[in-house]
Amino acid sequence: MSTSTSPSTGAAAPAAAHPHFQAAESRRVAETPSGLIRCEDVNVYYGDFRAVTGVNLEFGRNEITALIGPSGCGKSTLLRSLNRMNDLVDGARVEGNVIFQEEDIYAKGVDPIEVRRRIGMVFQKPNPFPKSIYDNIAYGPRVTGMKVDSMDDLVEEALTRSALWGEVKDKLKQSAFGLSGGQQQRLCIARTIAVQPDVILMDEPCSALDPIATSRIEDLMHELRKDYTIIIVTHNMQQAARVADRTAFFTALADETTGDRTGVLVEYDLTKNIFEQPQDQRTEDYISGRFG
Amino acid sequence: MSTPTSATGRVIQATRPLNTGRNGEMRPTALIFLVLLWLSLFVAFAVLITLLITIFITGQNKLTWNLVTNFPSADPEEAGARPAILGSVWAIGATAVMTLPLGIAAAVHLEEFADRKRWFNKFVELNVQNLAAVPSIVYGLLALAFLSMLGVTNKNIVIGGAFALTLLILPVIIIATREALRAVPREIRDGSLALGASQWQTTWRQVLPASVPGIATGSILALSRALGEAAPLLVLGALVYITFDPNGLLSGYTTLPIQIFNWTGRPQEGFHELAGATSLLLLAVLILMNALAIFIRNKFQKRW
Repeated sequence: MSTSTSPSTGAAAPAAAHPHFQAAESRRVAETPSGLIRCEDVNVYYGDFRAVTGVNLEFGRNEITALIGPSGCGKSTLLRSLNRMNDLVDGARVEGNVIFQEEDIYAKGVDPIEVRRRIGMVFQKPNPFPKSIYDNIAYGPRVTGMKVDSMDDLVEEALTRSALWGEVKDKLKQSAFGLSGGQQQRLCIARTIAVQPDVILMDEPCSALDPIATSRIEDLMHELRKDYTIIIVTHNMQQAARVADRTAFFTALADETTGDRTGVLVEYDLTKNIFEQPQDQRTEDYISGRFG
Repeated sequence: MSTPTSATGRVIQATRPLNTGRNGEMRPTALIFLVLLWLSLFVAFAVLITLLITIFITGQNKLTWNLVTNFPSADPEEAGARPAILGSVWAIGATAVMTLPLGIAAAVHLEEFADRKRWFNKFVELNVQNLAAVPSIVYGLLALAFLSMLGVTNKNIVIGGAFALTLLILPVIIIATREALRAVPREIRDGSLALGASQWQTTWRQVLPASVPGIATGSILALSRALGEAAPLLVLGALVYITFDPNGLLSGYTTLPIQIFNWTGRPQEGFHELAGATSLLLLAVLILMNALAIFIRNKFQKRW
């Protein structure tokens, strides 16, 4: 399936045009995404400025979806509107529907706090709390009032699933600030899964990390896909190619009359298709490094 | 390599050799400027040192246990500042109890919850800044008017003085607390909110604990300012002869600065010595408080 906001301009690119990109490990992915989260004609505004325009997108359950595109194409903005983190920005406003499990999360009466618990988020810069490793994990379950039989077990499980338990099990009471950048980011992932969300949003989670730490996070994402739906914004196209089942390519378009730039979805398809046979000339140009 | 030319085509070249035989930093204008800077520092420092030495010479003979344990007396050899010490403790304690919760709560609201775009909040913000610069005697007059309105006849009571001092340092505490809250990075709030914590939980469990060192430092400095204040308390009639220990919020009292002021006005040399000794005591307490503030700042400061 291919979603295009404008008719593709270029001819279909020849297959295997980009041998330097390795497609994600072979895994059977349904032709059409299951639509755990659906964006229906979503526009995001900051005050009068329209940052994202007319996005229609369906994210598949237990899949990793990558949002890629040049700076200013609205991919992070769109990501933050998927769990109402944008509510916290002054003047931010969302039009259209974001449907999560058949419910519009922007409908009247929806509690944004509950939305954020079910749709967690990992940020660009590792942001552990100034607390112990243990308390970083236990914080979410405590504030959301989760019924927990044994907090110790929950902490161990979250850390184990984030591939961090072995490294920190002897220093749970020590400050999380003592961990390396990569460990801190895995701690942030552990903290997120401790509140048992359905979806994890990741906003360039590896951009502050070295290649080894990055590869550990990518391995972890492959593990987590079995239980969670992951949506990741990345500037790194190789990363999208390595981890994502599907990839959505965004770009910034200038309005013909006002000249204001706004983010639009150009193409959305299986990652393999996006990288090997993009339907839109702009996608082709971007992934082959001609702009962006 | 070609010779560099300017836009007009003139040849630009270095007019002086590298080895001029002298140091460019030692040119006369630079030296004069340096000497002026140094003199300014010297004047400020010399005045302070002179003051401290004078006080020490004046007060050293009276710096005895009598000063701490005795009540004021007509005989300078017997007189002490015991009620003033206790009065200061009472007044500052009551001020802290009133001003800390108020100031911190106001700052949390302004910084974490108030919509900064609304004119009312902008107005409040601007005025908090201005209030911090209002002369202290104005707060004394305000407290005086307030107490008169309540029909209090004897205005020289601990709670009255504490009320004036609270008004005086409230803006300072609000500003210090806001700075401390602002120093907590946005990422910490985002991280907490993204886990499904409410704004309130985020403030109470993440932002406030992280800013405690900053709040403590600012509060201690504000309280030490209140400790050294005399003007607003004089307006309330604190310049009285107290020969008993203040024992409650409605008790009469005097404070260290006022005791100093009182003794300085006496003709006998012995009282001047007492004033010097009391000044040393007050200075020591202030230095200790400021040192504590610096210690807290350095010890608990978070590096993000």
